[in-house]
Amino acid sequence: MTETTKPKFTCRDVRVHYGDFEALHGIDIDIPDHGVTAFIGPSGCGKSTFLRTFNRMNDTIDGCRVSGQILMDGEDIYDKNLDPVLLRAQVGMVFQKPNPFPKSIYDNVAYGPRIHGLTSSKAELDVLVEKSLRRAGLWDEVKDRLKLSGTGLSGGQQQRLVIARAIAVNPEVILMDEPASALDPIATAKLEALIEELKERYCIIIVTHSMAQAARVSDKTAFFYMGDLIEFDNTDKIFTNPGNDRTQDYITGRTG
Amino acid sequence: MTEKAFTSEAALKRLKKRRGKEWRFRLWGRAAIGFALAALAWLLISIVGTGYTAFQQNFMTLEFELSESVLAPDGTRDPEKLRGANYRRIVQTTMYELFPEVTDRKAKQELFGLTSASGATNKLRQMVYKNPDLIGKTVSVTVPASDQIDQLLKGYIKRDTDESRRKVSDQQIAWADTLKERGIIKKKFNRILFMNPDSRDPELAGIASAVIGSVMILVVAFVLAFPIGVGAAIYLDEFAPKNKFTDFIEININNLAAVPSIVFGLLGLAVFLNFMGMPRSIPLVGGMVLALRVFPTITIATRSALQGVSPSIVDGALSLGASHTQAVFQQKLPLAAPGILTGSIIGMAQALGETAPLLMIGMVAFVTEVPNSITEPATALPVQIFLWSDSAERAWAERTSAAIIVLLVVLITMNGFAIWLRNRLEQRR
Ligand SMILES: Nc1ncnc2c1ncn2[C@@H]1O[C@H](COP(=O)(O)OP(=O)(O)O)[C@@H](O)[C@H]1O
Ligand SMILES: [Mg+2]
Repeated sequence: MTETTKPKFTCRDVRVHYGDFEALHGIDIDIPDHGVTAFIGPSGCGKSTFLRTFNRMNDTIDGCRVSGQILMDGEDIYDKNLDPVLLRAQVGMVFQKPNPFPKSIYDNVAYGPRIHGLTSSKAELDVLVEKSLRRAGLWDEVKDRLKLSGTGLSGGQQQRLVIARAIAVNPEVILMDEPASALDPIATAKLEALIEELKERYCIIIVTHSMAQAARVSDKTAFFYMGDLIEFDNTDKIFTNPGNDRTQDYITGRTG
Repeated sequence: MTEKAFTSEAALKRLKKRRGKEWRFRLWGRAAIGFALAALAWLLISIVGTGYTAFQQNFMTLEFELSESVLAPDGTRDPEKLRGANYRRIVQTTMYELFPEVTDRKAKQELFGLTSASGATNKLRQMVYKNPDLIGKTVSVTVPASDQIDQLLKGYIKRDTDESRRKVSDQQIAWADTLKERGIIKKKFNRILFMNPDSRDPELAGIASAVIGSVMILVVAFVLAFPIGVGAAIYLDEFAPKNKFTDFIEININNLAAVPSIVFGLLGLAVFLNFMGMPRSIPLVGGMVLALRVFPTITIATRSALQGVSPSIVDGALSLGASHTQAVFQQKLPLAAPGILTGSIIGMAQALGETAPLLMIGMVAFVTEVPNSITEPATALPVQIFLWSDSAERAWAERTSAAIIVLLVVLITMNGFAIWLRNRLEQRR
């Protein structure tokens, strides 16, 4: 990751309000393309809130307002003329709790391509579904039971199914909000290996409460504290030689 | 400490108290359930007890000589003219021939009274109308016995009461017994109850027009109430802005579900009949009134079904770039469907049992024909029950209970279907 790479997202003075409550107090950050950026910080500090500004999922929350500027590849994603629906096709999201649709595995993956009209034939859709499941590392486990319900899979498989579902619409960015918090250690390891693979192709932003996980999977780490971005740097630097005392306290477990 | 905390005397005492409380509560619960079951059993026993005999009826199989001299003295075979012929004479002749020794006028009348006069004449009239060639021939036809004889043979008319205090004379009793011995009177399944419309004669009365009327009313009510109820719920839950006005609407829909149904009847009377000038007693109006009655139920059921769907599903769809409408209709609604359908079926079952609003819009009419369309006068099953229950004769009491049994069976079937559907749809998830 060289410093000259153009950032994927450029955020300036991003503030988010829930009603009268200001959850984020003006965040400035440049998220690099290709690679994993981790958001860490004590619970309630605004990590999820900030993550949701990148695909405008905050728009769906009553009383939530976002101000400031967020550019994606130089384009303002809060432009009045931009349809958030199109933005979300480019910025996929994986949630804390696996949320596959209670439909077949195939239909889960095919849902996005169908609503966006990405394929013109059943055969093409089949290919896309297989490709997405392969990329999510799930194909071998489910290829014989594509017709079975997605909710019948294990937690880790469900989470990878949700990733396959997001990949199928061909996004550039994948947002993950504590994707491993409901998984056992083995499923978590698989998920982390997958993230390692996906970062070649996608810009990944991951919220995690596990310091170790951030250290393992991310290239850059941002530390948030009570609605402020305290420190943002290369992950090695943050975990070995943080520039801020609060970061130091948090990663060593003195706050949290 | 020598004593462990959970074996100390105080702890044991507390435990005993707690167990006592639990035991008393269980007793209460059992008593309550026992009471409910007893009430249900009492209801079923009393209704089935009086009603089950109505599913069978005493019929007479008789040889009728369709003599030309009586029916067509002028030799006509024109079906229209034959309608007005004197079939009563034919029936009388046949009845008199059963006991040729009877000559007295009054006794003859009593003899004739063993059979259902209009039942027999109508049946012969229909047969001849359909096939005038029958004239001159002798046909064997099964006709209902009169309701008094039916009740007598079912044992509802006590033979040991004084003759003056029962409607069947000693002579008639003797005849009926003889005819039964001779195999002319037989008890059979009462098709009339299901195939015939209402009638003045209990032995000819059936629930057909009421059942068809009820079906039509339900179809109209469903076609109106389902889209309105579900649509209102989806809009209120998913699309309406949350403000004072929508709160107000919400409260009113909930209130509407609690409004006594007779009020809807009055509303229907004022709006559909008096203001819009629609005819009384037709299923269309009945259905419209009951649609008003049921749509709040459907709306409430739909809303709770929608609220039961995990929001993470909608988030998942939205995060893939689905529009709000797509997320709701493609992901949320299918998941809410079991709840919506169950609520709707239960709403429909409610509508099926409604009587008061139908009375208000004149569905108490005495309807002797099975309606062919929703704009023809009809009655409804619960109204039919109400009408019959008003008649004092024993034969009506029996039929009232039988109609109640039919209504209950339909209601239980509908509710059972709702439960089955819910389980089935939920299993598929
Ligand atoms: N939907 C919401 N409505 C109101 N306040 C919210 C909502 N979501 C989050 N918040 C508040 O915003 C702050 C940041 O929350 P969040 O972004 O979920 O934190 P994190 O993900 O870091 O735990 C918290 O104080 C939380 O209470
Ligand atoms: Mg969070």
